[in-house]
Amino acid sequence: MTKTWKELPEGGLITESGNAHQYETGDWRNLRPVHDREKCINCLFCWIYCPDSAIIVKDGKVVGIDYAHCKGCGICARECPDKVKAIKMVDESEYE
Amino acid sequence: MATKELVARTGNEAMAEAMRQINPDVVAAYPITPATEIVQLFSSYVADGLVDTEFVTVESEHSAMSACVGASTAGARVMTGTSSQGLILMAEILYIAAGLRCPIILAEVNRALSSPINIHCDHSDTMSVRDSGWIQIFSENSQEAYDNMIQAVRIGEHMDVRLPVMVTTDGFIISHGLEAISMLEDKEVQDFIGPYKAAYSLLDVEKPITAGGLDFTDYYFEHRRQTAQAMKNAKKVILEVGREFGEKFGRNYGFFEGYKLDDAEIALVLLGSTAGTARVAVDQLREAGVKCGLLKLRVFRPFPAEELAEALKHLKAIAVMDRSDSLSTAGGPLFAEVRSALYDLPERPAIVNYIYGLGGRDITVEDLEGVYRELQRISGGGQVQETIQYLGVRE
Ligand code: SF4
Ligand code: SF4
Repeated sequence: MTKTWKELPEGGLITESGNAHQYETGDWRNLRPVHDREKCINCLFCWIYCPDSAIIVKDGKVVGIDYAHCKGCGICARECPDKVKAIKMVDESEYE
Repeated sequence: MATKELVARTGNEAMAEAMRQINPDVVAAYPITPATEIVQLFSSYVADGLVDTEFVTVESEHSAMSACVGASTAGARVMTGTSSQGLILMAEILYIAAGLRCPIILAEVNRALSSPINIHCDHSDTMSVRDSGWIQIFSENSQEAYDNMIQAVRIGEHMDVRLPVMVTTDGFIISHGLEAISMLEDKEVQDFIGPYKAAYSLLDVEKPITAGGLDFTDYYFEHRRQTAQAMKNAKKVILEVGREFGEKFGRNYGFFEGYKLDDAEIALVLLGSTAGTARVAVDQLREAGVKCGLLKLRVFRPFPAEELAEALKHLKAIAVMDRSDSLSTAGGPLFAEVRSALYDLPERPAIVNYIYGLGGRDITVEDLEGVYRELQRISGGGQVQETIQYLGVRE
């Protein structure tokens, strides 16, 4: 994030693949998805739908959310099955 | 050595011949008066097998420039041609070509902009895209158009530059005027331009890249700064290429050309074909003992501000001739830049602006003599009555 104009590839080119990870989009978020492990049935709908690959899964289980990249779109909370609703969107101001 | 015998070529023919000899990988174009002939002739070279170019016919100039950008990012040497409404329809993609650092070459025939619709020469079209990041080189005649096209390849493709270049002629006056020019051999052109080495290619599977990514507040400024630097670097490269062209083929090129300027007290600054008319006026007035001269600017982007100030600083009075009007009420685009370039001089010459020749309105030797007479009056201590005037309009 701190490269000078002399250090950057010219023409706005992106010269490596898979480097979206370096770009932390988490600070765009104003609603934070909060995951409840007790309610979660690990259907992984949220993991499939998350456009930012921000649902962290380990051994087939949702273990957390990557807040450095989660943009707070709320798709995970919406797709989470009605009978559990294990993700709640909470206003970021509550965390300031 | 260069071809000794002269051949008769219009400006459009000269530009098309240069394109044939350059033999680009891709030409994508849409026809428009008075530039149509350039790509029409070129398409016949393609049909006759004289070039190896992939010729892409498109449905608009916006698409033409888009196809050029696509081909250029894929690593091809790319050229096109247009004029007037065509150029401003390309405008969105012109900025993108510069930002993506695509060294595309554009043969541009200067023509007025609508409305009212008009097909004749003025510089409104080229001036309207002056901040797009394209290098802009003006030509006085067919010979210069031809020579500039060939140099444009070397300038744009230089690794310190990597910017698109538009070479302009004046609509009908140059584009359709038949002149004797000296052409180079095909091999001389190829040796001069050399093979194209793309800085990057979307088709290179060994080195995958993304072109045209998104920048926010965090990176956009840095990338614009890079393009500004490329334009700065272009100044050195333009001079180097012009000098080398002169050494090899006998015709030297710089940022501008002075005519009887060194000992002059008054001078005109102008672009393009009007230089020929102005030379006649200078010669006639010199015979009458008037110390007048001329500066014909060749390169408008990058703008050679320091060099111009140096070349004009000894003058008492200058008239900047604009063949377009920015409608700013503060003078034409050339005037604004030249006047600004002179601001830091300890003793600034008096400077006035004439907007002339819009929509192809003829400019005569007598018109220009009148301007010189006015400069004479001002340099003799007379007051500048009106800084910005319209020359040749019915009052
Ligand atoms: S809010 Fe959107 S970005 Fe964040 S974890 Fe849920 S689906 Fe992914
Ligand atoms: S969608 Fe809901 S229940 Fe399914 S894994 Fe994600 S949080 Fe758990």
